[in-house]
Amino acid sequence: MSTAIEINRLAKSFGPHKVLNDVSLDVAPGELLALLGPSGSGKTTLLRLIAGLDQPDAGDVKFDRDDALGRKPKERGVGFVFQHYALFRHMTVFENIAFALRIKKAPKAEVQTRVTELLKLIQLESLAARYPAQLSGGQRQRVALARALASQPRVLLLDEPFGALDAVVRRDLRRWLRHLHEEMNITTLFVTHDQEEAFDLADRVVIMHGGKICQLGTPIDIYRSPADAFVHEFLGESNRLAAHIRGGAVQADAGFPLGHAAAPEGAAMAYIRPHHVTPFANPRGGWTVNRIAATGAAARITLSHNGAVVEAAMTADALLETGLAVGAMAEVVFSGGTLFDQDGKTPVKLTADRPALAAVGV
Amino acid sequence: MAGRAALITAAMLFMALFLVCPLVIVFSQALSAGFFTYITSLNDPNVGSAVLMTLTIAAIAVPANVVFGILASWCIARFDFWGRNLLITLIDLPFSISPVVAGLLEVLLFGSNGLFGGWLEANNFQIIFALPGMVIATIFVTFPFVARELIPLAQEQGNDEEEAAVTLGASGLQIFLRVSLPKLRWGLLYGVLLCNARAMGEFGAVSVVSGKIYGSTDTLSLAVESLYESYDMQAAFAVASLLAMLALVTLVLKAALEYRHRDELHATRKAKAKS
Repeated sequence: MSTAIEINRLAKSFGPHKVLNDVSLDVAPGELLALLGPSGSGKTTLLRLIAGLDQPDAGDVKFDRDDALGRKPKERGVGFVFQHYALFRHMTVFENIAFALRIKKAPKAEVQTRVTELLKLIQLESLAARYPAQLSGGQRQRVALARALASQPRVLLLDEPFGALDAVVRRDLRRWLRHLHEEMNITTLFVTHDQEEAFDLADRVVIMHGGKICQLGTPIDIYRSPADAFVHEFLGESNRLAAHIRGGAVQADAGFPLGHAAAPEGAAMAYIRPHHVTPFANPRGGWTVNRIAATGAAARITLSHNGAVVEAAMTADALLETGLAVGAMAEVVFSGGTLFDQDGKTPVKLTADRPALAAVGV
Repeated sequence: MAGRAALITAAMLFMALFLVCPLVIVFSQALSAGFFTYITSLNDPNVGSAVLMTLTIAAIAVPANVVFGILASWCIARFDFWGRNLLITLIDLPFSISPVVAGLLEVLLFGSNGLFGGWLEANNFQIIFALPGMVIATIFVTFPFVARELIPLAQEQGNDEEEAAVTLGASGLQIFLRVSLPKLRWGLLYGVLLCNARAMGEFGAVSVVSGKIYGSTDTLSLAVESLYESYDMQAAFAVASLLAMLALVTLVLKAALEYRHRDELHATRKAKAKS
């Protein structure tokens, strides 16, 4: 049976700096949860508090309703994988993985069996006698994982597990970890600043910022309905446009319509993803094409109108059909987005004006 | 290419002139009156007592500095405390003070007219002109060797492996014995070898505090000098050859250890070169 984690109003300061501010979080048994945020958002600190590497100033952490904070790190049953692996440099791969078992004074035969099993799991049987310095980054990461799994932890914590690896290795390891999790079903928390990684791997994602949790949800929910302006911007590029609302119609301050929204009258900020911006050539349009950058399959177009600049994204094929050229005039249609108030809160969906959409066949 | 060959030849010649020549001369002078005389001059009870003295001093001074070096590197690498930089500076002090001055300082502290002299005499405890004084002088002079090797190493290696050991269930003592100490072991080995060589060869400070009582408070280095002063060249070189042999044994020991752990050393060095 997998372990559930309950985190209740956890707080931690380093000197005057509040790193974690009243963080509460429930992790379901067997869940694979990502802690996503920019550096300094407190995600690593949260992980270290759960592991017992640091002590919180307030709040509590429970594993299956059992107080974890009262227990020493070694009694918590936590496996921790460090960002820079932290393998024991003076031990072979085999001895690194065997460490937890040797500490427990497990019988030799058991150590042999268990380590061999783990070596097979990480597909490094042939490298058992190597030292960490003789391994590649991806191999070291897998050894670190095997070492953390050796004592069969209740909870697995991974701090930026793929942070120091190149893109291809990272993608392979990610798939492998997902597969491993499905097989072993250990409650797993991992920290990352890479949005793609979090969304690709995790069942649910926690977005952290400034020591607080901004949003918690499945990847698709978070992407579709960001809780605030920070989350919206953190999850990908956004066009930010100052706007005002009158009778449900949303108008950019630079003087073009953005669509409709059920938001209160007055000023707001519109956040629109580049793929919700559709430009097309029109000699009498109010927009100027400033720049076109085609990178392989994707194309980005920068346009301006009355001082406002927006970026549009589309496939390179679609770009050919639009007939857009740098310096030419164009029309722009907005097909979605989110409005936030002046504090970046209270999100409201922007919906496109139907006739305008129909005109460009979106 | 010619430039490179010239540089290498120059380095080799320099080595031969300043390192190999003296070694050869020491042994050839020691054996100048034949092997039998060599053995006889070493068989002198005074030489025997000097060997014992030298080994005793090293056997106390080296472990003392190992303990101190490990503690200092542990504290300096792990904690940021008030006086940390002062400690780092103070560790270097013995390097920058002449050993003779160090010996004199000790006499001023523990000699019969010294600061603690009265108290020591009243309690019938002799430091100056006896083994305790010579041990203290040697510890002072060899103080930085182990610490200097370990501090930069411990700082560079950081605290990550210890934290990993914590999460893997190790206790404080287990972490120290299985992680912290082994990862420092090469630095420790070099530190111990250097410290030992210096402890056995120390002359200045020990000569001031020993009182040079031939056959009682003589170390090997001091014996070489007193024999040399009494124009017994052959015997002086015979004792000097013992010191030279100690140096050679140290080198062989180091080479043997490096050979035994060549895989690990090779891997670590390559990784260091890469980063």
